[in-house]
Amino acid sequence: MDAVTENFDLFLSGYWTSLKICLIALIGSLVIGTIIAAFRVSPVAPLRWAGTTYVTMVRNAPLTVLLFFFAFGLPEIGIRGSYWLFGISALIIYTSAFVCEALRAGINSVSSGQAEAARAIGLPFVATLREVILPQAFRTSVPPLGSVLIAMFKNSAVLGAFGVGGDLFSVSETLTSARGYAATPVLVGVAVGYLLITLPAGAFLAFLERKTAILR
Amino acid sequence: MRTKALIALLAAGALALAGCGSDSTGGSTSDPVKSVDTSTFEAGSTMAKLAAAGTIKIGTKFDQPGFGLKGLSGAPEGFDVDVAKIIAGAMGISADNIEWVETPSKVREEVIEQGKADMVVATYTINDKRKERISFAGPYYVAGQQLMVAADDNTITGPESLKDNPDVKVCSVVGSTPAENIKQYLANDSQLVTFDIYDKCASALRNKQVGVVTTDNVILLGFVAESDGGFKLVGDQFTDEPYGIGIEKGDTAFCEFINTTLKDNEEAYNQAWASTAGAVEGAAAATLPPADACA
Repeated sequence: MDAVTENFDLFLSGYWTSLKICLIALIGSLVIGTIIAAFRVSPVAPLRWAGTTYVTMVRNAPLTVLLFFFAFGLPEIGIRGSYWLFGISALIIYTSAFVCEALRAGINSVSSGQAEAARAIGLPFVATLREVILPQAFRTSVPPLGSVLIAMFKNSAVLGAFGVGGDLFSVSETLTSARGYAATPVLVGVAVGYLLITLPAGAFLAFLERKTAILR
Repeated sequence: MRTKALIALLAAGALALAGCGSDSTGGSTSDPVKSVDTSTFEAGSTMAKLAAAGTIKIGTKFDQPGFGLKGLSGAPEGFDVDVAKIIAGAMGISADNIEWVETPSKVREEVIEQGKADMVVATYTINDKRKERISFAGPYYVAGQQLMVAADDNTITGPESLKDNPDVKVCSVVGSTPAENIKQYLANDSQLVTFDIYDKCASALRNKQVGVVTTDNVILLGFVAESDGGFKLVGDQFTDEPYGIGIEKGDTAFCEFINTTLKDNEEAYNQAWASTAGAVEGAAAATLPPADACA
């Protein structure tokens, strides 16, 4: 295991970069996913169509295709930016489609009586969603959202192939290819690094699930 | 009877055609490689074992234009491939009896250690870290790292001008030796952009997301050649990358055999270069470098 101990600072910097990518993408995809979910249940038909189109297009395209589109398609039509921005945007857009569907499952589980009651006391659509439906929907959505987000953490490794340097998986490539370390111990180190992100995340989600459990 | 004769005739014709095909592809395959008298191999040596088996497993890259590229023909082609054929030929093994194993950069040591290939010829830079796990024969070619920029770019003239232009991004492949080497010339770490393959670097240079692509000159020449005057090389080579042939650690006899074979077949070596990586416009003629001592 000296491949890991000798290069511990490199692993640590890779771990932090990956964690940073995950946290930004987590917040971004939750925000955008919630907005798209609101579109998909909204009473305005064009918004519903827009939401459905977004989910259908994004969810059915492989992540690498989206990354290609951002990293090489956008500069082609004159939109330039850092690969860091391109990579994270693609990850957020990809994940938000799944977040949207997980949330929509939660929204659909809230009985329609709740929405009707909210409307009966004069709440407009956005307030109905914000004050009555979503708080209940988020609780039901915690387990599927957890799976979506953990999948996103692991997907973040793909960004290394699209110019976002320094993440945990890129570190392993540097060690095995350029510096000639044996692949197995290095990859075990990488696996442990990702577990150090996903296991606490899983524990936190389990805690959240217990904390927000409601009796129906 | 007549149908049988017809089939035999067709089969003979097909064989003849197949023969023509293989002659016209590889440059060196048609040249007679000086075959060593296989009975002189010491019993138990790698050469004796391979010559007796009549086949050899050779690791090479399948995606490196000019060196080892597997195209539609199904067999890899390039300089590494032809060098490997010279060595196999010296043991009396024909090109048809070579089993090609794909060995991308990161698994080259593993492939040798686990016996998946008898030797690896894959733009494999000799260095001490790698020597801890395997042995090298050769070098058979000395490449060097260089910079490639857009043809209309006059700000970057060599690695020294990178520090003065910190906004110019430099592209290479993640985890490659060139990516490690270039770091000392950069203003900061974020000036380096890495992808998994050089093709993406060339695309990024084309749409101006990066200003410089750096790796071994021979790889860059391939991109310059296919860019229609869009790219150019600037500055001198600033590293020496001696390409060696990876073999099992400590197999001195095999190493010496490879070195002698290359020296005895310089003509085939030169032809192999001229018909593969050396065919690119701007490539300098290759001369076989003096071999390192086998250890």
